[in-house]
Amino acid sequence: MRMQTKAYGEVDVDERQRVSFPAGLLGFEKFKDYVLLDAPQKPFFYLQSMNVPDLAFILIDPFLFRPDYSIDVSDEALGEIGVGTPNDCLVFAIVTVPADGQHVTANLLGPVIINKTNRRGMQAVLPDPRWRVKHDIMAELAASKA
Amino acid sequence: MLILSRRVNERIVIGDNIVVSVVEVRGDQVKLGIEAPREVKVFRQEVYDAIQEENRRAAAASGMQLPLIDIPPRVAE
Repeated sequence: MRMQTKAYGEVDVDERQRVSFPAGLLGFEKFKDYVLLDAPQKPFFYLQSMNVPDLAFILIDPFLFRPDYSIDVSDEALGEIGVGTPNDCLVFAIVTVPADGQHVTANLLGPVIINKTNRRGMQAVLPDPRWRVKHDIMAELAASKA
Repeated sequence: MLILSRRVNERIVIGDNIVVSVVEVRGDQVKLGIEAPREVKVFRQEVYDAIQEENRRAAAASGMQLPLIDIPPRVAE
């Protein structure tokens, strides 16, 4: 299907790239339909709204810079997206790029969880005090290598 | 909004399986104990607010400019 995207303009998107968020994302509850796109540069992805071309998020695999990251979400909470086994899940952190491009951060407090099998997603809220909405990706990557 | 006055160690029951108890009151701070089934999400309002705010900031990023980050791919487990 053809659709308008924030990053690429109009592109052809495969049906299999669609992800529906029954509850939306926090603050964006009205928008439930997204597509997951590869970003031009690894290890990033775009979560692009299907309804609003200008609404898109940058995602990253959080385990790449925080190997100790773990998410503890109850089966009941995951029930929203119908998760059977942890292997069915993809976990992403939403990336914030400040206007000056410095100190790019990732939100580990509210990760995006996508069930690969039915392509339904949710934003979880983690009760673990280790995780904040802003983790400096470069700084934590450096720390994880140290 | 229903407003109830409670003393320390008194409780409020919500529905069939949620109990909120006042554990401690010190100055303007109240410590609450909450017993609820696992499927009931209980979070501080600030946590939701912070995530909402961060989502807005992430979405507001002017372009879809990606940071240049050299992260090696994850080794398969």
